[in-house]
Amino acid sequence: MKLAAVIALGLSLSWLLSQPAQAQSLAVRGKVIHTAAGDPVVDGVVVVVDGKIRAVGPAAEVVIPDGFEILEAQVVTPGLVDAHSVVGLAGWLNVPHDQDQLERSEAMQPELRAIDSYNPAEPLIDWVRGFGVTTLHTGHAPGAVISGQTLIAKTRGRSVEEAVFVPRAMIAATLGEGAVRGEKKAPGTRSKAVALLRSELLRAQAYVAEREEKPDKGRDLRLESLGMVLQGELPLLLTVHRAHDILTALRVAEEFGIHLVLDGASESYLVLDELREAKTPVLVHPTMRRAWGEAENLSMETAGALLEAGIEVALQSGYESYVPKTRVVLFEAALAASNGLSFSQALELITIRPARILGIADRVGSLEVGKDGDLALYDGDPFEYTSHCIGVVIEGVRVSAEVR
Amino acid sequence: MIFALFTLLSLSANAPETPRQARPTAFVEARILPISGPPIDNGVLVVRDGVIAHVGPPDLTPIPADAVVHNVRGMVLMPGLVDTHSNIGGGSGADSTDPIQPEVRVLDSINVRSSSFQRAQAGGITTVNVMPGSGHLVSGQTVYLKLREGRRLEDLSILSDEGMPMGGLKMANGTNSRRDPPFPGTRAKSAALVRKAFVEAREYLLKREDDEDHPRDLGLEVLGEVLENKRVVHHHTHRHDDILTVLRLREEFGFRVVLHHVSDAAQVAEEIARAQVPCSIIIVDSPGGKLEAKNLSLENGRALEEAGAAVAFHTDDWITDSRHFLRSAALAVRAGMSRDKALAGLTLEAARMLDLGERTGSLEVGKDADFILLDGDPLSVYTKVVETWVEGVRVFDRNDEEDRLWATGGFGAGEDSPPGCCGRGEWE
Repeated sequence: MKLAAVIALGLSLSWLLSQPAQAQSLAVRGKVIHTAAGDPVVDGVVVVVDGKIRAVGPAAEVVIPDGFEILEAQVVTPGLVDAHSVVGLAGWLNVPHDQDQLERSEAMQPELRAIDSYNPAEPLIDWVRGFGVTTLHTGHAPGAVISGQTLIAKTRGRSVEEAVFVPRAMIAATLGEGAVRGEKKAPGTRSKAVALLRSELLRAQAYVAEREEKPDKGRDLRLESLGMVLQGELPLLLTVHRAHDILTALRVAEEFGIHLVLDGASESYLVLDELREAKTPVLVHPTMRRAWGEAENLSMETAGALLEAGIEVALQSGYESYVPKTRVVLFEAALAASNGLSFSQALELITIRPARILGIADRVGSLEVGKDGDLALYDGDPFEYTSHCIGVVIEGVRVSAEVR
Repeated sequence: MIFALFTLLSLSANAPETPRQARPTAFVEARILPISGPPIDNGVLVVRDGVIAHVGPPDLTPIPADAVVHNVRGMVLMPGLVDTHSNIGGGSGADSTDPIQPEVRVLDSINVRSSSFQRAQAGGITTVNVMPGSGHLVSGQTVYLKLREGRRLEDLSILSDEGMPMGGLKMANGTNSRRDPPFPGTRAKSAALVRKAFVEAREYLLKREDDEDHPRDLGLEVLGEVLENKRVVHHHTHRHDDILTVLRLREEFGFRVVLHHVSDAAQVAEEIARAQVPCSIIIVDSPGGKLEAKNLSLENGRALEEAGAAVAFHTDDWITDSRHFLRSAALAVRAGMSRDKALAGLTLEAARMLDLGERTGSLEVGKDADFILLDGDPLSVYTKVVETWVEGVRVFDRNDEEDRLWATGGFGAGEDSPPGCCGRGEWE
């Protein structure tokens, strides 16, 4: 996995050593277990040993080792994976001191690391976890041509070191109206935003080449970060909504050979062929996102259209500037399920599919032997408004017993 | 929908007094949720001239011989939803020159061609209280609308017995209305300015009583309507102490008030219930987003119900989308509110908060034929609003391709006049 390689490359040992040592063992029994890896298991059991899934299967066949704590639920799913959030950086109070998702002094700042902003004590982390979210891809928000980096964290931990398992996941960028700045600051137009991005990518190309020849040349954090995008080590997470902005994003990605992940993509249903041809994954906007501005033409059926077209797709909670300060992917998938998707398709949008797009499917996203013991427990259909999440397990540790 | 629109317009243009429907309409084999009574399986609803003529079980409900009969087997038929607080239509209220501007009417700025009206119809909403913003102590007069098809505000407005467009007065306290002078800088100053205004309005009423020629003042006139209980105050309020401040001012001046949002409701539910002040609450997907909404909880509905206070819901569209209004009640039930009270909070209880409880909000003989057809349990995520009827006219039909676009969204379904509230940080 490219992203796994980044861990070793950038932030090696200290991160690995600081992983919490509290991984535990337990078993979860469910009337129905949705594994996101095949048919549901009726009256099933998941056994987690030392934080990893040891067994998944029917209760009649799976032996629960003696002395294991056993949790029970009507419905069990993999811990949910939020494909794109700003939780941890954009705080719940929405006052200057807790808003770290966007720094506006410059249009492009790929050197801004999400790990330097992520607040593991942020109440919204607990909030989304209470509905079953165990993995968050979060970081810098849309709103600048390049706003900074993202990270991938488990929804636990007292420090960012305890929470994070991919400290540098993607570089977040924005084109279209969302990138445009007022007050005579560049970029003032769509085209100018693209010109800025292309110019910076060219500079990064030159920087990478020069560093290869002269390793002693002084480091430039900004160009170094963009260089990782150019070298395929990090995807460019590009927020766009209008169809023509999506095509522009594909054009730039092709020009520089960038691994592109589209974000938002309200009008993606208009350019399905192009997206499929470019093999570009889409983190589609929340199903309940507000339909206005450049997202005015969004549809609650877009995830379905993308799936049907054979495009890699996942659902996200997205960025909210006001109330609610975050959405919850469980609810967004529920609405997708009521707008044309089957239950399992909708569940995949917040489990295995985002895990694949994020390059972490070897760890999370489905209930399979060897993967992390991350589970969400519900007292009924997880998508029903009136059901509750009754427990959350991360790597074999019950992190929430709240009924929410 | 287009046909219905044409019919309605041609009738209203040529013969305004003509009843909307020449023949009665009957809906049979529905699961009817009257809200005013227990559910009726295999129920019958008969509509004549835009009004409910009969409702009940088949053996007790005569279907007129000339009725157009709709068999709606398998569907749930319930009252059209009443949204007690919305911003559809892109209307505006007071400007930044004064914190107290009761003379401003939101009805003078609503664009009835805004697609937000179609989305509200697609969400099953038939009656709505459109409000000006919350960045003022008094930001103007609200307007109650029926979501009829129409070209002018007058086609949608609800008239009082005196023939005037009905509405309330939007007020707010807490942080939204705190700014540089002439706006208040503190909570105490906010209350002082409001008290001063009502004291002046009281004096104005006395002067007008004594002297018919005393010059009219549009602002004081409206505050006077509030003091005379002719106009309800719809009061934005979040924090527990701000909620109690509203109750205190209400006690001092004797006005009728509906509390809106009421983020800290669970903390002061007993005080609210004791004052017999109704609450219109909002349900959003996470707490916070602003300081004073940090305790905003899915459990407010349950807490208020347990305390005995009247509860309705609102979309505050664009804060939440009108198409997901049923979801608000469902999430309140998730957090412990009873199903009956939650459904009433979308309909009858909401209508009462707008003084429209005698006209809409439940399926009872003589009330306006405002109702929706659903393909399942109103509180299920999988349920769709299939049809929306206002006063006996179908205004939304999910089986019509054009209408369906408003329900799902898609190319061309975008908002053409979003309200000024959002993006400026002034939550409604």
